[in-house]
Amino acid sequence: MSLEILAVDDSRTMREMIRLALEPAGFTVHLADDGVHGVEVLEGLMPDAIITDINMPRMDGFGFIDAVRNQDTYRATPILVLTTEAAPELKARARNAGATGWIVKPFDPAKLIKALQMVAG
Amino acid sequence: MTDASDPMAEIRASFFIECEELLEAMQDGLQTIDDGEWDNETINVVFRAVHSIKGGAGAFGLESLVRFAHRYETVMDSVRSGTMNVDNDLLKLFFRCADHLSDLVRCARDGLDSPEEQGKSLVGELDASIGLTGDEVEEPEEEIEFQPMGLSLDLGLDLPDMAASLDLPQFEIEFAPAAELFDTGNEPFQILKALRDLGECEIECVTDKLVSLEQLSAETPYLYWKVTLSANVDPAEVASVFEFVDGLCTLKIEALSVSEGAAELETDATLEDLPPPLPTVADEPIVQAEKVETKDPVVTRSASQAKAPGAAAAKSVVRVDLDRIERLVNLVGELVINQAMLSQSLESAGLSPHSDAMNGLEEFQRLTRDIQDSVMMIRAQPVKSLFQRMSRIVRESSAAVSKDVRLETEGENTEVDKTVIERLADPLTHMIRNAVDHGLETTQEREAAGKSSQGIVRLSAAHRSGRVVIEVSDDGGGINRPKVQEIAIKKGLIPADSVLTDTEVDNLLFLPGFSTAASVSDLSGRGVGMDVVRTSIQALGGRITITSQEGVGTTFSISLPLTLAVLDGMVVQVAEETLVLPLNVVVETLTLTQDNLDQVRPGLDVVRVRGAFVPLFDLGVSLGYREKKDDYTDSVVLLIAHEDGSRAALIVDEIQDQRQVVIKGLDDSFYRAPGIAAATILGDGQIALILDPSDIIANAQDPSLTKFAS
Amino acid sequence: MSDTETSTPAELLTFRLGDQEYSLDIMCVREIRGWTKTTPLPHAPKHMKGVINLRGTVLPVMDLAERLGMAPRKHTDRNVIIVVKHKESMTGLLVDAVSDIIALTENDLQPPPDMTPNAPAGVIKALTLLDDRMIRVLDLSNIIETETAEAA
Repeated sequence: MSLEILAVDDSRTMREMIRLALEPAGFTVHLADDGVHGVEVLEGLMPDAIITDINMPRMDGFGFIDAVRNQDTYRATPILVLTTEAAPELKARARNAGATGWIVKPFDPAKLIKALQMVAG
Repeated sequence: MTDASDPMAEIRASFFIECEELLEAMQDGLQTIDDGEWDNETINVVFRAVHSIKGGAGAFGLESLVRFAHRYETVMDSVRSGTMNVDNDLLKLFFRCADHLSDLVRCARDGLDSPEEQGKSLVGELDASIGLTGDEVEEPEEEIEFQPMGLSLDLGLDLPDMAASLDLPQFEIEFAPAAELFDTGNEPFQILKALRDLGECEIECVTDKLVSLEQLSAETPYLYWKVTLSANVDPAEVASVFEFVDGLCTLKIEALSVSEGAAELETDATLEDLPPPLPTVADEPIVQAEKVETKDPVVTRSASQAKAPGAAAAKSVVRVDLDRIERLVNLVGELVINQAMLSQSLESAGLSPHSDAMNGLEEFQRLTRDIQDSVMMIRAQPVKSLFQRMSRIVRESSAAVSKDVRLETEGENTEVDKTVIERLADPLTHMIRNAVDHGLETTQEREAAGKSSQGIVRLSAAHRSGRVVIEVSDDGGGINRPKVQEIAIKKGLIPADSVLTDTEVDNLLFLPGFSTAASVSDLSGRGVGMDVVRTSIQALGGRITITSQEGVGTTFSISLPLTLAVLDGMVVQVAEETLVLPLNVVVETLTLTQDNLDQVRPGLDVVRVRGAFVPLFDLGVSLGYREKKDDYTDSVVLLIAHEDGSRAALIVDEIQDQRQVVIKGLDDSFYRAPGIAAATILGDGQIALILDPSDIIANAQDPSLTKFAS
Repeated sequence: MSDTETSTPAELLTFRLGDQEYSLDIMCVREIRGWTKTTPLPHAPKHMKGVINLRGTVLPVMDLAERLGMAPRKHTDRNVIIVVKHKESMTGLLVDAVSDIIALTENDLQPPPDMTPNAPAGVIKALTLLDDRMIRVLDLSNIIETETAEAA
């Protein structure tokens, strides 16, 4: 089973971590470095799931989720939010924006894969 | 995962590079705030920088970094959300926090112990700034520790140790999705699948809520599921499957113990027992999100190598191994040499300068030069990072001597060779400290002189005719020349009756061991003088000059070559060997006559240059190429100046040329030739040695090593 | 001779120094090139002939005969430089002329007698006979590394 994932994060380190966690597990990973870039990269893709950071320049994670959900094609695409805080308010906010779930950073590769499989596998 | 150690090390290394970029962005942001030209995005940039450092640090288990970044971030967040205003004190604190954060990053990178004391006091100040006292300070470790996906469903259930039981624990689950569940991209099917992954499942789809077709609403879910799960897992793990849909469904999880009665775990749509409930309607958000239509970022960031089609990023950057660039630089060096060889052979073939071949060659020469310049640009970096480090030096040193000092910078985007930048850090640090400590007057003196109490140190960089000029200036009192001369006389550096021009007096500052401060302060008077600065600059092929005006200030100007791979050289001929001298040490050329040549004693000859005696050496003899000649009249002499101001005169047979040469390293492991710094390849393919003048002067001044004496 | 020798075969490059024949393991030889004028290094040991331009890198060259303690001779156009790689660095060895490449097995080699005249101990690691001529097998690391030690 090979899932296609779009990961949006402004930190190069985080993007590489995600790629490193997922590619060996057979995932196809597309990367984007902020919400605006994420929307651009998404065009023409049909990812099985999207991972996005919240704090990003130009367009933050909430804005990005909103932009994704507003496109009919991606209405049901699972979106996982990367957050450093397990704060319930953040989760609620992400959910209200249309996020499917969340992953608390720093993430463990196995858990990330598990979460992705849970929403998209 | 296979062999994750290597890629992880790579990401770790790249994390620290990213940290430097983030720290730079942070410094920029804080500076912008300091300049009073900031907006919300500026705050966001600083916040994100701290945030990203924290995120990455967490991934690598860099605890002290995470801990501090977290506190810093918390305060930045208050500013960001508008609950706090940035005043001067807070900004100063932010600057110091940024400094501390860079210390922590570097400590983490180099595996050093982090400066805990400094951190503690800063954390105290940060906490105080948002009205926290030590007691109510949250324990950050708890919050930022990795939180597994599973909710910690400690519901006080007193369940038997199921893992020990021979029979698998059983759970009865009833799961009815609410309409909102589908808005979030969740899918009941996936959840059932996840349950099945836990163990054996009996899944029943219950259709009793299904209404007749006419009443069916597309947006309302009617189906729900009953699942009997037999799995060796604890209830929390079962509940974790529903983490993402908690609050978006009606959920009942009942743990059945085979032998004893059932312990029931019932949750409804809000999982009431769980701390704290997730609101399903939009509450006032705690974290202020940036508006989607935020304008362009203040910092231009590098784009990732996104594989996706149509991925257009602002400015794309490729990171290249330095070794590869080295190789390219070497190859271009070859090209330059080959080009020179070709033109030499074409010239000697007697081609007309207007022939096609010669015209083509000219074009070739131009292209070669362009390629060389472009390749050198690859190694070039803006001096900005260097300047930012200096702003910290100003903050720290001005605090140490209780002066109010402002650093102004200009030309931060001027690009200089990477190695030059690295090797400029120490001399610049020293010069900045000097400017703050000695250059600027005390606050009282400034006020008495009718100046603003805040002193200004200016740091600028610019490209000027193929070189980089970096200036450090202050608006202090200028060099106190009578005092400088007095000290120099007292220290025996110059004769008591010396009559010196202003420039000559200023240059006394570069003499070894010179220190003007009457009291040696903690800051710059630790035995490191401007002579060391000058040595470092000259080692980079640069020159340093001073201009000073009484009451107005002092400016130190450093002129550097753009790159270290080429050298402005003077090509000379000695004993049929071709040698290259760095042009920046050659002060002037002379011709020996009966009148200006003197012998102090056998073995020590001097040449008279405007009344001063300069030791004279035959370069061919010094290098062991030939025996001393009987008569040196009419010989060509190069007057060279050592870093410490001492001079020497070298006899050569002929000056051939002044030109740029490509520096080739000599393999030191094999044989280290005294007096030789490197080599270069000439147009005829022959190797010419590049002299190390300081080595030669040092050798020459030690009579035991001078062949001239024999 | 079959390819399935019991003892590991080695290929040696043989060359002449005066009227003596020497050899080096071919694996350390990078190339052989004609004699070109060297740029002398100041105050270098006598056998260090200087440096030459080997396609853009600076290659140190030593006169192998002088290194082995033989009397200095005039260099002619027939002299060649054997470029060898030892550890990470390249060195040129000036010899009179290259003769041949020979394949030998360990069995063909015998240790040198204790006293090796005219050469520092350890420089010759083995001897062999070829058509009744004695071939000296050189130990490259001792030739180059002792050099480093002397220079330092």
